Amino acid sequence: MSQYINPIDLATILPAIVLVVWACVLLLVDLFIPRERKGLTAVLAAFGLALSLGLTLAQSGGTSSGFKGMVTLDGFSAFLNALLLVSGLFGVALAYGYVRRMGLERGEYYILLLFSVVGMMLMVQASDLIVVFIALELLSIPLYVLAALNARQIESEEAGLKYFLLGSFSTGFLVYGIALIFGATGSTSYSGIVTAASAGTSGLLLTIGAALLLVGFGFKVAAVPFHMWTPDVYQGAPTSVTAFMSSGAKIAGFAALLRVFALAFPTLTADLTPILAALAALTMIVGNLVAVSQTNIKRLLAYSSIAHAGYILMAFVPYGNPQVMPVSVAAGLFYLVAYAVSNFGAWGVVIALEKQGGKGLELGDYAGLFWKNRPLALAMTVFMLSLIGFPPTIGMVGKFYLFRAVIDGGFVWLAIVGVVTSLISAYYYLRVVVNMFMREGEPQTGSEFWLNFTWGLTALATVVVSFVPQPLFAWASSAVLRLF
Amino acid sequence: MVDISYYILLSAVLFTIGAAGVLVRRNPLIIFMSVELMLNAANLAFVAFASMHNSLDGQIFVFFVMTVAAAEVAVGLALIVQIFKSRHSINVDEMNSLKG
Repeated sequence: MSQYINPIDLATILPAIVLVVWACVLLLVDLFIPRERKGLTAVLAAFGLALSLGLTLAQSGGTSSGFKGMVTLDGFSAFLNALLLVSGLFGVALAYGYVRRMGLERGEYYILLLFSVVGMMLMVQASDLIVVFIALELLSIPLYVLAALNARQIESEEAGLKYFLLGSFSTGFLVYGIALIFGATGSTSYSGIVTAASAGTSGLLLTIGAALLLVGFGFKVAAVPFHMWTPDVYQGAPTSVTAFMSSGAKIAGFAALLRVFALAFPTLTADLTPILAALAALTMIVGNLVAVSQTNIKRLLAYSSIAHAGYILMAFVPYGNPQVMPVSVAAGLFYLVAYAVSNFGAWGVVIALEKQGGKGLELGDYAGLFWKNRPLALAMTVFMLSLIGFPPTIGMVGKFYLFRAVIDGGFVWLAIVGVVTSLISAYYYLRVVVNMFMREGEPQTGSEFWLNFTWGLTALATVVVSFVPQPLFAWASSAVLRLF
Repeated sequence: MVDISYYILLSAVLFTIGAAGVLVRRNPLIIFMSVELMLNAANLAFVAFASMHNSLDGQIFVFFVMTVAAAEVAVGLALIVQIFKSRHSINVDEMNSLKG
């Protein structure tokens, strides 16, 4: 046995192994937890996530490669895995009271969430296309089920089916892309692909394969023109699920995209850079323009999440330029954190206002919120300002780093597109704020400890980190330097 | 021995039929079958390339793809059955309660 599996291999993905074992055990334990006390499952799930987070941070100094180079543990994976596990914890915290209020309290919810987090973590660590594929499916299949969890509501079922059909459609592209890359290079590991590609035997087949791979990832991170499912799925899925998948799936998708492109396709820079730049610009423009006409807060935030995929994608455009790449990717990682924090907070506020049967989700329902519940309205204002990129918030610092890196990379026009679309986005984000402060209304807000904790903490982080961004940016930079 | 390019050509044709099927068909079951066709087109390409490169990796990958496809079927059919139970129709054109 020991000649096939050695401890170093297992240590490389130890946090993911612990989490998956924890989820399997919890699946059994959940049977013995009575229906009215499913909160206990949530607590146990959160404990598993915290345990895995502790292990991830303990390992964060090391660099190793396991399973014959199929998975990697490095600073990059430690940074993003920590972010994913924190997202999972926020996902559990947001769901804790929400699922009870909406009458969907089931133990499976938390267990599926754990499995999805494991998929995301493996996707971050993957250094072979086979692992990317398996991890992507492990991430997606639980999310399909979670999106459809509110089976009594037709919107949720529809969201689940749409997500499932379009998600598996994109998987088809991804797998075919991997097949072509395998055909061109005779390998699915990143190092093997680079070796074969620099020997110059591949050519067109490899480029087509990389493009198909980009389509598959584009679906996952909701980049235009592969974003069609996003508003429907985000609107129909239970809000706590939407909050989790809009952050988690995006982080994992971008992490895998970056690792694949930086480590496996450095030879294709000339072909891929214009495509990435066009995708980023298109995503920012379409996402922000369509968001302007939305009146449902869930759809508005869905288009906002599409637009932010564009901003994050922008950081990866200069990936072929070795001078700019570390800084721009660090800026991308920083922006991922900024987006995840503000996004979780904003969804937390949405959950606080949502009522049974999909009520309380129109912008009009936010009228007069400031006069009814000041902390909540102020927190929402902070999140909206952060998503615009307005000081003093983490979103502003993130955009500053991002635009600077893109200009250094020589894509001034892309930075201009980013600034102009940010200005457009101010219109619809500020409309939420105007509704809260200047309109009259009688909004009803829910109050649960873990929900209040989540939006309170994220609001605090959004403001505080904007004054001291250096430690976080330094961590992101060191994570990128140890990517290889 | 048939030349390898014929297999690749066939897989490309199958993939295109599958992708077109997803886009034009209106029954989720058929859409789902088209997705399976796309995955199996990739499988065919994997096997063909594996024999071209004399490498087992591609053939192993096919097992992974088949296993994952089976897991997807389980989830997908459950979703379709659930929707059929609540509205007695699974036509995707009638799924329009989400709009904006």
